[in-house]
Amino acid sequence: MTPRQRADRRAGLVFLAPALLTLAVLTLYPGAWVIWLSLQQRIPVFGIERFVGPSHYLFLATDPRFWNAAWVTLAFTAISVGLELVLGLALALALRGQRWGRRLALSLLLLAWALPSVVTAKLFEWLYHPGAGLVNFLLGGRPLNWLGDPALALPGLILADVWRTMPFVALLCYARLLTIPVEVYEAAQVDGAGRLASFARITLPLLRQIVLIALLFRTLDALRAFDIMFVLTGGGPAGTTETLTVYAYRSLFQTLQLGFGSAIGAAVFALVMLTAWGYLQMLRREGLAE
Amino acid sequence: MKVGRVRDVAVLVLLAAYAGPFFWQLLTSFKPDAELLVLPPLLPSRLTLEHYRVVLEQSLIPRALVNSLGVAALTTLLALALGVLAAYALARLPVPGKGLLLLVVIAGTAFPHIATVSPLYLLMRALGLRDTWTALVLANTSFALPLIIWLLAGFIREIPEELEQAAFLDGASRLQTFRWVLLPLVAPGLASAALLTFLFSWNEFLFAYTFTATEASRTVPVALALFPGVFEVPWGDIAAASILASLPPVLIVVGLQRYLVRGLLAGALRE
Repeated sequence: MTPRQRADRRAGLVFLAPALLTLAVLTLYPGAWVIWLSLQQRIPVFGIERFVGPSHYLFLATDPRFWNAAWVTLAFTAISVGLELVLGLALALALRGQRWGRRLALSLLLLAWALPSVVTAKLFEWLYHPGAGLVNFLLGGRPLNWLGDPALALPGLILADVWRTMPFVALLCYARLLTIPVEVYEAAQVDGAGRLASFARITLPLLRQIVLIALLFRTLDALRAFDIMFVLTGGGPAGTTETLTVYAYRSLFQTLQLGFGSAIGAAVFALVMLTAWGYLQMLRREGLAE
Repeated sequence: MKVGRVRDVAVLVLLAAYAGPFFWQLLTSFKPDAELLVLPPLLPSRLTLEHYRVVLEQSLIPRALVNSLGVAALTTLLALALGVLAAYALARLPVPGKGLLLLVVIAGTAFPHIATVSPLYLLMRALGLRDTWTALVLANTSFALPLIIWLLAGFIREIPEELEQAAFLDGASRLQTFRWVLLPLVAPGLASAALLTFLFSWNEFLFAYTFTATEASRTVPVALALFPGVFEVPWGDIAAASILASLPPVLIVVGLQRYLVRGLLAGALRE
């Protein structure tokens, strides 16, 4: 090793140390600690703090509220992400031909994405107001109680989330579309391919990678989502919008069962990591990830 | 040609309608109280600044705006300082175990906050940091850092290494090269990373809701979620508060769009 290489190695460690230390203390350590916490019964207000092993997990295995929350989480994720994908793709295709006002178009599109999710929750709470909400007005004055009706709350919540996150999918697809050279389509036209054939044979296959990446990001975010349901519906009515994250939060900080709530948090953790791993296997098969 | 222009306008109208929920809230924030719960008519008979006056003079929102601004600015500074050094090391220097480190960084972006919030809460309490800016800056930095390292390492790899090598030959140290050669070149990338960090910190709710207790550190999303109503929900005041909470994101989307889009795309496409 030359002195230069030795110096570089040392510099590398010095440059990395502060960031790694921060991540170790504030991310990795809590990530391990939450597992340890989930094996304890910890109720600070009563001064209870004892090791109980896997009993929280055993309880969750037969807890109907947990399985309801798991079901709500999966339904929310699948429907939200599916809708975002279809709408985002359609919007990206509409935007592709835009010659005029592109900047304005992107501003209007990204506005919904950039707002704090608490603001989004407040916007939709007002839009869904039974008597004075714009949604009921546009539906012809029906007095639908969007957030209070168990049949409507989850669709209402999903709509708000799709509004907020679809622009991200649209932006990624739009950016990918702009990189497809026009010549490809011209060549296809010369070969006698119609518009539909060009779309199915050229556009969709070329979008495949970016769609998979958008799916990965959006699925992980939807599984972890918390703000929008916590503020918009609070998990109600009758638990119809209570996701795992809301159940975890309530257990942790409203009924103050730190150990039990951590077990639900750890379940979300496992769910997200498994999903990420699954997607990465898929991306690897596509030859996308190293 | 004419058809193209009409189509462009149609897409813009569609997108304006898509942003409708925000514009509706904007209109609501200027509606007099008496007309709030009456629909139709869609448009109010007059506009009022009353809701903004109430929010700015009688609510905790102004203090929360200061907290949010301070926390987001400090988070951005800290995360960027730590992140750019780490990114430089990962992109350019022979660090042992680089592959594993990158994997940890990527995994870090996927950590759900709901899983780390209880240990972090105990940690902040043990350190006596509850209800302080410091707790929020540290927590926000922890989740922004992996993304920043990832983004900046990519931006740095795009910069040709020849310039740095020329600097070495002139006898510059690693630190000098980093400071005087690389940093100016990666400035646009830093701007993108800074914008995303600021935005995520500004919008963050779970940590802020959990670690704060009073107006000493409550951020805008928390103050908005807890916005008080005495007898009935003050929809006009909430609308005005929402608009104030949306100002930085709106400014970023409209004014600094180029950097925002660059950051978003770089983060997603360099997988």
